[in-house]
Amino acid sequence: MASGPPPTGPSRGKRRLALGLVAILVVLAVLTVASVMLGARSLPARTVWDALFHFDPDNSRHLAVRSLRLPRTAVGLLAGAALGLAGVVMQGLTRNPLADPGLLGVNSGAALGVVLGINVFGVTALSGYVWFALAGAAVAAAVVYAVSSLGGAGVTPLKLALGGVALTAVLSSATNAVLLLDVGTFDQFRFWQVGSLAGRDEDVVAQAAPFVAVGALVALALARSLDALALGDDLATALGRRVGRVRLTGAVAVVLLCGAATAMAGPIGFVGLTVPHAVRLLTGPGHRWLLPYSMLAAPALLLLADIAGRLVIRPGELQVGIVTAAIGAPFFMALARRRRMGAL
Amino acid sequence: MSTAGLRHEVRRGRKVAVVLALAVLVAGCAGLALGDFAVPPGQVIGAFRGHAEWKNQLFVLDIRLPRVLTGLLAGLAFGTAGAVFQSLMRNPLASPDVIGITSGASAAAASCLLLLGLSGLAVSAGALVGALVTAAVIYLVSWRGGVSGQRLVLVGIGAAALLSSVISYLLTRAKVNDAQQVLLWLTGSLNGRGWSHVTPLAWSLAVLLPLAFALERPLRMLALGDDAARGLGVRVEPCRLGLLATAVALAAIATAAAGPVAFVGLVAGPVGRRLVRGGGPALGASGLVGALVMLVSDAVAQHVFSPVELPVGVVTGVVGGPYLLVLLGVRARRG
Repeated sequence: MASGPPPTGPSRGKRRLALGLVAILVVLAVLTVASVMLGARSLPARTVWDALFHFDPDNSRHLAVRSLRLPRTAVGLLAGAALGLAGVVMQGLTRNPLADPGLLGVNSGAALGVVLGINVFGVTALSGYVWFALAGAAVAAAVVYAVSSLGGAGVTPLKLALGGVALTAVLSSATNAVLLLDVGTFDQFRFWQVGSLAGRDEDVVAQAAPFVAVGALVALALARSLDALALGDDLATALGRRVGRVRLTGAVAVVLLCGAATAMAGPIGFVGLTVPHAVRLLTGPGHRWLLPYSMLAAPALLLLADIAGRLVIRPGELQVGIVTAAIGAPFFMALARRRRMGAL
Repeated sequence: MSTAGLRHEVRRGRKVAVVLALAVLVAGCAGLALGDFAVPPGQVIGAFRGHAEWKNQLFVLDIRLPRVLTGLLAGLAFGTAGAVFQSLMRNPLASPDVIGITSGASAAAASCLLLLGLSGLAVSAGALVGALVTAAVIYLVSWRGGVSGQRLVLVGIGAAALLSSVISYLLTRAKVNDAQQVLLWLTGSLNGRGWSHVTPLAWSLAVLLPLAFALERPLRMLALGDDAARGLGVRVEPCRLGLLATAVALAAIATAAAGPVAFVGLVAGPVGRRLVRGGGPALGASGLVGALVMLVSDAVAQHVFSPVELPVGVVTGVVGGPYLLVLLGVRARRG
């Protein structure tokens, strides 16, 4: 720093943001390793290493790493990243800080899909839920989007938000009706509905991963358009953005991301809603930083919660959906007391 | 808004209110007459004047009237509370469902049912306490030399998430049949409501509704923004606290009586405001829309799927949701 002029404001800010991103990445890597090692029966690093690179199918510890811990960690990473990104995109599209990724009806559609899968088609395996959840999410989002585009003004944030809430109400009513009438379905559904990473095998990961990958690429590519959209539809149009096309692309990204996350881990609403708010305190409202930060911070929160859930009541465990809210909500409320929170 | 515009809005609001009140009355009478034991309309009126057959009298006054009144009053409370929240937070998604108060009531009720083994009115009382305590905590946590609507909503979301996770936890730990009982309460139901539910509800509303309407004028100013309201001579903090307390109390008492019936508080505001078309809070119209949604939904829940009787909360979404969707489309086409 001795030679040359001191860095000016913006570039120093950029360096600080880049360093922050690296720091979150490091935290995420540490949590990933911890997630593979810790649990009802904690495994030393040596065993994990051997399970990965000198796999012995007769060793029960190696099997535990390969068939339980790895898929579980992968689900946490994928679902977390997906929810973080989907949350940012959804709040940007609707310009509403209350918008969570489930707002398009994705969570309620997925839930109804799973309920019908259990009730009508007798599905019992988690990997069987995935397609029902994805289909339900996609259909629900398509309906919300179609309804919001009725009328002259096209898809406005308000119509999208209210349309999503309205369809969510309709779908959860249907879900509740089935659950109240059929105890057996309810008994299975209540464990899916909490949100959990446990018991997912590599099939579930393999089914959902492509959706997350495509959704993530689309979401990251939208950064500049979302920045323009934040200025209002008129200004965004003046800046050369096709507002309608941006909204549609964003909605597709949300469905891919949130649908896949919900299919893998159940409806975990809290992460996608709150992580963007917390991240915004560090990055400010610009989406070019907000998106990657959320993509890394959300899985970190999810893995941390999952590890905590495994350790607090050993040998039993708490589902990740419960723990994320239990540790995330007080933190979020403390953040919300700060002044700038909530401004998009 | 100009004085003439405001006067026009008030006039239109009155007209809308009269039409809605008539619709509520018709829906209420239908609720009294319909059922496995149908009572002819003449006998319904006769029952009130005390000269109907004893069997009709029994069904109308003792069995169906408390249920209809619970639905009507709870709907009125939900609708008014929702409209207050939405105007105050300047956000159409703000409603007692979203900002944690109903979650407080639900978590308390689930604990009463599953952990303490209570039932009936004791659960309602527990829910009321849960809602009020949650609201107080949310307000105190949001306090920072004043309470902004935005901060309140965000803190409320946090509280709602925390409490829903408590409910989910309780649901996964309970025996499945007990858990289903909780689910029934969480859906919101008017089954088995008697005069012991109606009386406290009616007294509370007799105090709270006039209070809400008295504060409608400052609410209209607050909806323009804190600074604008201050410029118009509104004492922002006391008014906001008064409005919040009234709306919370309304939502809490209605939830205690009928359970956290989904969507009534959310749908009533936008529908009421669009009917009045003024841009004001439209508390009266919203409250009546809430009551109407509850009564129609309960009639559908009881009779359409017979012999299965569904809880009202299953139907409010199905009745209110599409209506809101249609209204959104129609208004957009006009405007």
